[in-house]
Parts: sequence; structure tokens; C-alpha cells
Amino acid sequence: MAHPEASPVGGPLLTKSYKFLLFFLSIWGVVLIWRFAAGIGAVSGLSDGYPWGIWIAFDVVTGTALACGGYAVAILCYVFNKGKYHPLVRPAILTSALGYSLAGFSIVIDVGRPWLIHNIPLRVFDWNLNSALLEVALCVMAYTGLLWLELAPAFLEKMKDASSPGLRSFAEFGFRFFDKALIWIIALGLLLPTMHQSSLGTVMLIAGDKVHGLWATSMIPLLYLVSCVAMGYAIVVWEATLSSRAFSRPREDSMLKSLSGAMVIVLGLFLVIRIVDLIIQGKAALMFNSGGLSLLFWIENGLFLYAMFLLAGSRRLVFSNVFKAAMLIIFTGSLYRFDSYIVAYNPGPGWSYFPSFPELFITFGVIGLEIALFIFIVKTFPILGGKMPSGSES
Amino acid sequence: MTMDRRSLLKGVAAAGAGAAVTALPLEASTPKPEIPPDAFGMLYDATLCIGCRACVTACKEANAMPGNLYNPPEDLSGDTKNIIKVWHRDQPDQSYMKAQCMHCLDPACVRACMIGSFQKREFGIVTWDPTKCIGCRYCQVACPFAIPKFQWEKAMPKIVKCELCNHRINDSTGKPMPACCEVCPKEAVIAGDYRDLLAEAQRRIDEHPERYYPAGAPKIYGAEDGGGTQVLYLAGVDFENLGLPDLGTEPAGISAAAIQHTIYKGFVAPVALYGILGAVMWRNRRSGKEEE
Repeated sequence: MAHPEASPVGGPLLTKSYKFLLFFLSIWGVVLIWRFAAGIGAVSGLSDGYPWGIWIAFDVVTGTALACGGYAVAILCYVFNKGKYHPLVRPAILTSALGYSLAGFSIVIDVGRPWLIHNIPLRVFDWNLNSALLEVALCVMAYTGLLWLELAPAFLEKMKDASSPGLRSFAEFGFRFFDKALIWIIALGLLLPTMHQSSLGTVMLIAGDKVHGLWATSMIPLLYLVSCVAMGYAIVVWEATLSSRAFSRPREDSMLKSLSGAMVIVLGLFLVIRIVDLIIQGKAALMFNSGGLSLLFWIENGLFLYAMFLLAGSRRLVFSNVFKAAMLIIFTGSLYRFDSYIVAYNPGPGWSYFPSFPELFITFGVIGLEIALFIFIVKTFPILGGKMPSGSES
Repeated sequence: MTMDRRSLLKGVAAAGAGAAVTALPLEASTPKPEIPPDAFGMLYDATLCIGCRACVTACKEANAMPGNLYNPPEDLSGDTKNIIKVWHRDQPDQSYMKAQCMHCLDPACVRACMIGSFQKREFGIVTWDPTKCIGCRYCQVACPFAIPKFQWEKAMPKIVKCELCNHRINDSTGKPMPACCEVCPKEAVIAGDYRDLLAEAQRRIDEHPERYYPAGAPKIYGAEDGGGTQVLYLAGVDFENLGLPDLGTEPAGISAAAIQHTIYKGFVAPVALYGILGAVMWRNRRSGKEEE
């Protein structure tokens, strides 16, 4: 994965807006201390009826799906052998690595007994292989490590120019290792998200009738998998556009537009699987007789369909259409996850859930930390492409 | 995006392998869960309960939980393992309801828990292990009866639920003595061997069929519901009114386990997919040229 054209953005790190971000994060730190000192009930709207809220549905379930850029681009690059997407790989892997790391951090915030969290990876003989959540937990941990490993060449490139000979020879060694092992690392980087992104759908099936039938179907693992790929492409488009603007790098326009074809196929798959599955299971009536939930179901599908429309045929040649479609996919994929974890989850009469202000603030802080780390890393390490890529629309 | 046919086929093959992994036919419906030979349980008869809540107080004492009758709890919570509720107070069809862990024969919490913090142990009692639990609360998502409760207001919280007083073993019988059953003045809730309780419930139905729901063919809730539960119920009103959901006879949430089993059986599918992905990429690299 040599990226001779990637280079650090450079420039001063502590700009005015970065200082503001750090200030915000310090308040966030105080709220976090509050959460660990006073308990989850003190800072959140969670209850015995709604034991999982936005920390799981957004930070973890949606967060990791939005962090599928690395997965989605790697599929194109390495499985479909579309090498022209290479300049998108490194920034995508970086956002994925950050997204997954912070999802892991959110889990530490969310679990009630984090001082025992090491039990999950370490108590191998207690593993319950029936548990979809265990599969997610182990797989996410492994993939987070792997993403940083995939990103290591960027850090090694920086080390290669270091003054210390020790660091330089370590970098040499590292490059030799990656040259040999890269294929198997990347293959693992494709396998692991395939496993846990689908299992994230399976997780809610154990709730049985508590999740509405429009979401709780045996196809939900596949629907989660397909939609996370679409969200992965969308986030690459979004992030490449914003970085090119923020750091005045050339926008990989032609590449982003040609991602559109992939997005259309993936979205189409999602819609076909979803509707056909409901019909085969004889649950088609639910699409119309479930009141607000039927409406949500059609909003999800309608927005995906509109995104497909924006990307179809010659419309994708207009970049604003591509960007708009990407935003739609990000929003709708997130909505689908929120609905299947929270909105369509009904624990019975007497329970309701709305995130409290500190609960939301903790989630915003996680996003803020991710942005702060992203800016720091692209300014310091060779992640973003520095010149126009050679690949062009063909 | 232009994609020549060869690369498309190659990719579709790999993607198809991934999809096949997820879309394999599910294993046939699960057999009825086994009843542990030493299964112990409770029988609650809502038509006998007078709502005195002696059982609530006794439970709190036996389990060293805060709270008392002068400050009665309204529902199960992080400090209440047993509760008496009322349906249609002061109406002709008023009924009391006792809620606590049902000790399912095939419990969703046990299937959900990542590292076996929930287990079905001696007497078929579903127990919680504080040395393992990380507090993820997946048990709460899974339980169809909304039984496991979390101590939301504590910095070092626990999961709280009835363990059938497995810490109070009778010296002579060697069996648990649930405090709630000891104090009930009306034998509205009794403890005993699961098979004896089933027989007792049937005896009561045979003796007074007119008392029990549904009229004509009274039912023992828990004999088959959700795969069967070691706590059984008799009532004069619809069980759903008392908060006992209509689960059918399959264990709750069993389809999730079926899917998980099918996909990860012997870990063959993931290993195969890994092999295919590696092979595709190795070939791509050897052919050495990128396709446009």
C-alpha cells in the first residue's frame, strides 16, 4: 500500500477553532467524570425499559457503520481490483480507525461495570458462542487493532525520515513486514467487518417481538451488511469533499463520481432484499398497517430510492448530486439503525426514552474527539493525497 | 463506473460468498427445551392472592434489599426482586399479579449474555455472576418478561433479579426456601419441584375449572409458554393483562441463536470467506495490473 503521493497537511495545529474544540472537549471530560462517579442513571435517559440508547444506537451501531469507509473502499480496491481508488484508501482507513476506536471508547462509557470489561477478550472459556453481541464485541476489538495496523505504513513513512537511526531501521523492518503480509491483513480487514456489521443486525433479533416486524426479520444481518457498505461509500465522498475544502487539497472528483455506480448497485440490493423478504414472509401488510412505523419504513426506503435517483445515469456527472446523495445515504442508513435499535423497540407499556442533555453531550464529545484526532493526524502524517490522481473517468 | 465483466464476476463471486454466509437456510425449529431433573420452581395462583404484599417485604429481608412496606416499591427495580401489582383495582375483574424471574427452561438472558454471567444452575435456577458481568444490559434487551433490573443510580451497579432464594437452602430437604412462598398466608404462591407444581396446578384447575382463565379450557401459563418456565401461573383474567406476554411455545428470541449458529457453524463460513478474499487479492496482485 505505497502512497508516494500522500503527504502531511502541515501548518499550525492550534488554530482558533482547534482551541475551541479542545475547550469543548475539556467540558466533555468533566461530564464523563460525572457519569463514572454518579452512575449512568444520573446522566442519561436510559431505564430498565430502554437499557440501550444513543450511546449504543448512535456511537456504536451507527458509528461503526459510518466507519465502514475503509471496508467499502477496500472492497473496490482489492476485491474488484480498482487500483485508481488508492488515494481514497488512506483517509478512509484513518476515519475507520478513529470511528472504531471511539465506538470502543463509547462502549466503556455505556457498560455499567467497565472495571470488568477485560473479561470479554480474556475469559475465553466463558465465551458464549450463542451470543451475537459477543461476536460483535470480539470482532470489533480485532478490527480496531487491524485498522491501525493497516494505517501503520503512514506512520512508518514519517519515521523513515526521523533522525534516530533506531526509528529508521524499525521503519525499514516494518515496510518489509507489510510487503509480505499486506494481502492477508487486508483480507482480514474485509472479513471482520463482514462478520460484525451483519451481527449488529442479528443482535436485536433476540429481543423477539419487542422489535417491530418491519425491522426484526431474519434478513436483518444481510440488510445491515449491505447498508453499511453504502454508508461506507457515502462517508468517503463526504469526507473527501470536506477535507479537500478544509485543507485545500484537490478533490478526487472523478473517483468520487465513479463511486456512484457502486452506491446505486448496493442501494438497489438493499431495497430489493428488504421488500422481497417481507413479501415472502407474508408480512407485507405490516408495510401499510403499522401507523407511524409504516411511515418510517417508507421514509427510509424512499430516501434511499431518491439517493439512487440522484446517482443514476448522467445525473451523477454533476458533483452536487453525488454529494447530496451521499448525505442522504448517511442520514438514511443512520435512521435505519436508530429505528431498529430504538424507535421500533417497544419494551411494553409505561416506558419511554428520550436522550437527556448530558447523554447527548457525551455523544457530541465523542464526535468532537474524533474530529480533533483526525485533524491532528492528517496535519502530522502522510494521509491525504497531495496531487491530482492519475486515474480519471473512463 | 465502468467495470469490465471479468472484474465484476470476480467481485460478485466474493460478495456472493459473503451473502451466502448470511443467507443459509436456518436450522429447523428447535426441540422443546429439556426440563432439568432437579427443576425447582414456584406456582402463583392469582385467584388466591389477597395483595397483602407480605411476600414483597419477606423478599427484601431475605435478599438484604433496601425499602419496606411503609415505602412500597411500585415495580421491580435495582432494589426490588419481587413485586405484587394489581390489574383493574376495585373492578369486578380485579386481579393481583406477582412478578419475579420466571426461570425459563431456555432463558433468553443465558443465550444473550456474552460470557455466561447468566447461567442455569442447580435446580434450574437462572443465576447472575457478579465476577463476570460487565454491565452491558443485553440481558435486559433479551428478556421477554422484563425481569433483569440494573442499578442505574450506582457508580458500581449490579444486575438484580430473583434467584429463587438459592442462598436459603432447607437443611432437611436440601432444596431452596423462597422467602415469598414461606410467608404467603393464602398459599397463593407455593414453591416445590417443577413436576409437582404442574400437577398441583392441574389439580386446582380440575377442582375449580370455573375460576380460571380462559373459561372452558383453563391454562397453566408457563407450562409451554416461551419454551416453558419454572415459575407457573394460574389466573382468572387474561395473562396478557397481568404482563405475561403471548410468546407462543418457542423460547423467546430463539431465531437469533438459529441465525448465529447457522452462519458460524464450525466457523467454516468465515474461514472460507477469508480464503476466497485472500485468493482473489493474491491473484489481483500477481496479475500485477489494475483494471480500469
